[in-house]
Amino acid sequence: MSTLEIKDLHVSIDTEQGTKEILKGVSLTVRTGETHAIMGPNGSGKSTLASTIAGHPRYKVTGGTITLDGEDVLAMSVDERARAGLFLAMQYPVEVPGVTMTNFLRTAKTAIDGQAPALRTWTKDVKAAMQQLRIDADFAQRNVNEGFSGGEKKRVEILQLELFKPKFAVLDETDSGLDVDALKIVSEGVNRAHAEGNMGTMLITHYTRILRYIKPEFVHVFVDGQIVEEGGPELADRLEEEGYDRYATGAGAATIAAAAAAAQA
Amino acid sequence: MTAEITTEKARIGAPSIAGFTEEGEGLVSAKVDHSHNHGVTVMSSRAERLTSFDVADFALPTGREEEWRFSPVRGLANLLSDTATDLDPDPAAAFTVDAPEGYVRTPLAHGAAPRGTVLTPADRAAVVASANTDEALHVVIPAEAEPAEPLRILVHGAGAGRRSNAHYVLEAGANSRSVVILEHTGAADHNGNLEVIVGEGAKLTVISVQLWEDDAKHLAQHDAQVGKDAVYKHIAVSLGGSIVRLNSNVRFAGEGAEAELLGLYFADAGQHLEHRSFVDHNVANCKSNVLYKGALQGKNAHTVWVGDVLIQKQALGTDSYEKNQNLVLTDGCRADSVPNLEIETGLIEGAGHASSTGRFDDEHLFYLMARGIPEEVARRLVVRGFLNEIIQQIKVPALEERLTEAVERELAATEN
Repeated sequence: MSTLEIKDLHVSIDTEQGTKEILKGVSLTVRTGETHAIMGPNGSGKSTLASTIAGHPRYKVTGGTITLDGEDVLAMSVDERARAGLFLAMQYPVEVPGVTMTNFLRTAKTAIDGQAPALRTWTKDVKAAMQQLRIDADFAQRNVNEGFSGGEKKRVEILQLELFKPKFAVLDETDSGLDVDALKIVSEGVNRAHAEGNMGTMLITHYTRILRYIKPEFVHVFVDGQIVEEGGPELADRLEEEGYDRYATGAGAATIAAAAAAAQA
Repeated sequence: MTAEITTEKARIGAPSIAGFTEEGEGLVSAKVDHSHNHGVTVMSSRAERLTSFDVADFALPTGREEEWRFSPVRGLANLLSDTATDLDPDPAAAFTVDAPEGYVRTPLAHGAAPRGTVLTPADRAAVVASANTDEALHVVIPAEAEPAEPLRILVHGAGAGRRSNAHYVLEAGANSRSVVILEHTGAADHNGNLEVIVGEGAKLTVISVQLWEDDAKHLAQHDAQVGKDAVYKHIAVSLGGSIVRLNSNVRFAGEGAEAELLGLYFADAGQHLEHRSFVDHNVANCKSNVLYKGALQGKNAHTVWVGDVLIQKQALGTDSYEKNQNLVLTDGCRADSVPNLEIETGLIEGAGHASSTGRFDDEHLFYLMARGIPEEVARRLVVRGFLNEIIQQIKVPALEERLTEAVERELAATEN
């Protein structure tokens, strides 16, 4: 049983207009076996939260803590975080020239496990995982993400999720740009990984449609760098009907935030 | 029209290389489409380029000429001058030939065939090298021979700035199979021509390895004529030297021949590594493949690739492809990449070309590290993977290993 704990997290980025605060005090705890949906309108800071957990250098933590079973995640380098068991399925996976998928997957697996995987079972595992995600076998010989379509890139992210078996997976808008079929395939992959019982999941999304396939126990609504409301799956249903309009920034948002805080207390 | 295209192409190698661009591809496609759309053949300017044995025919380049515009000609004055090899107190470059008995023949004087039958100097460097080499090394692989070990010609420079001229003539007899390694180490101002005659049905691989010390300069013209049903592979590997410029040219003597021109280079701060290839499809039903891959790191690391393919009117059934890929590892580098395709007949199997310059940047690094891969390993993974496509074509295990190690050393330098 592991715990990923985010406490009063403040994050800024440097822009041409100066430093801009994106996360304004975010607190969230995810435990093994739990699925949390983080929902919110564009620009609310959801992806910043995801990238900050992974350690992207663009995001500067100005306050708060992130711990994994009590260990200070913020003190770890990007690769150390991954080896500690954090996995970020990226919204825009980059193309890496010169490195084949096969080579990449094996190198990453070796780094994460601290030892090379047994060749025979590994090859079989990769093949099986690719098949389940309907990824063509010839992708193994192609360079990482090079020339992959948006949907293919997302499937390859979930392939890694299934192979690397992290303690916590952060899925950053994995549903964006996927058609219904691809969405189902990807969701099934996440559910398989989750069903093994050793993973906690943070599902970051703008839309509710992925929640038809991946069922969260907790839903957090993110507006303007803060969690403004929290609840169970029923909150997602409400968002589907009402959208984010009622969280419009300004006085109303503050009221709702206060109400949410009161509800939590 | 030619001038216009040239200006346009110069932008392919513009120093700002953000992310992965296929700019070169786009521009060149535009050029080819242009000629197709109007039903006009691209001017066969490449075929009309001057070649001569007379030094007087080649003025000292100013750097504005098409074939010199990417080269640091000011640093090449010694190499471009009509100067004999420096023999005092010893030859500026020592030559060692490692070949089976009887393969090395009596040296060839000027005009003594087969010298001069395939290689006619095509620029100032080649003509002064030729003019200043009175005795050309002549190596003949007998017909049907299949030497068990690669032949080796080792060129070791005895000192930076010392002028050396060389001309080698290499003949692969009919149906022979062989590998010849031409290896350059030490330092000198070395001007070397290689003339290769590949006999009918022969299979010859020439690997020119530039493992020079940092202060060496090297200009070279390697010309080959590939016989009927013969297979010629030329691999240029340039890692060392301050300036290296190697032109690898090929044409055919009979149908059914194949040529593969490959290259690998890794330029560090201040290094200029230039490779030019020219495949002259002058005969029908021949095949060619050109692939040069390079990595760049450090301030003012400069690489150039100019790949010319000419498919002449009579070369029906030609199948050709050329590609250059560069990987930029740090800021301050410049990779020029210019594929030129001239097609005089439409009755061909294929004529493709591609050029891309990619950047290994913070986002690549973040992606790999986010999968648990340490920074140093990530960097190596990318470069090794990228260059390995050429290294594995060498198929001489000991040399492959040495070159892999040499690339690792280059990479280790990045991390400091």
